[in-house]
Amino acid sequence: MTKRVRASVLLRHAVGLHARPSIKLTKLAKGFESRIDLGLSADGPWVDAKSIVKVMATKAPKDCVIYFRAEGADADAAVQALVTLVEGDFQDGR
Amino acid sequence: MSANVGIVIVSHSADVARGTASMVEQMVGREVPLGWCGGDPDGGLGTNVEAILKAIEAAWSESGVAILVDLGGAETNSEMAIEMLPAARRERVVVCNAPIVEGAVMAATEAASGATLDAVRRTAEELTPR
Repeated sequence: MTKRVRASVLLRHAVGLHARPSIKLTKLAKGFESRIDLGLSADGPWVDAKSIVKVMATKAPKDCVIYFRAEGADADAAVQALVTLVEGDFQDGR
Repeated sequence: MSANVGIVIVSHSADVARGTASMVEQMVGREVPLGWCGGDPDGGLGTNVEAILKAIEAAWSESGVAILVDLGGAETNSEMAIEMLPAARRERVVVCNAPIVEGAVMAATEAASGATLDAVRRTAEELTPR
């Protein structure tokens, strides 16, 4: 069953989406089967949330809104986990 | 799931190699087999084939090993070390054309997800301007 899920979350992390937050986000995204995209606006442009190089290259700053869209069987869980990671200031990511 | 690809860091400087390995461990984690070497036995700058072979052994994974190098000799000595490996292993070790620090962190991030050696190398090489 293919699901499409979208969500957005405010990035409050002090340094924005820099190296360590990007690595945590990418590692978490890779744990899901769904295709997951990340964007800095509701209509993109989108980058593959499982690509560490592309995620880090977004250079998302503090206080910006991060948009996720996922498509696949575990899209719900994926988006929820990513939003939780960002909301939790990246403390929960492995 | 198969074993994670290993990462080897080869610098002319032991400090750079150790520091890069430390960044990988702290930023990505310890689930990626890691080896590093740098400097000559007298504490000066340099790379040597024997130390690279030991680092490959330390990071060995059945899924393969990606090597990140800094300058000149680090690359040629790494290629020489690969040639000296047993044939069965030789095909599963690659030198990435990527900046050593950034490449090691990016490659390890990819490797941590269980990605193939080819995917790990491509991720590191995405950083290299074309």
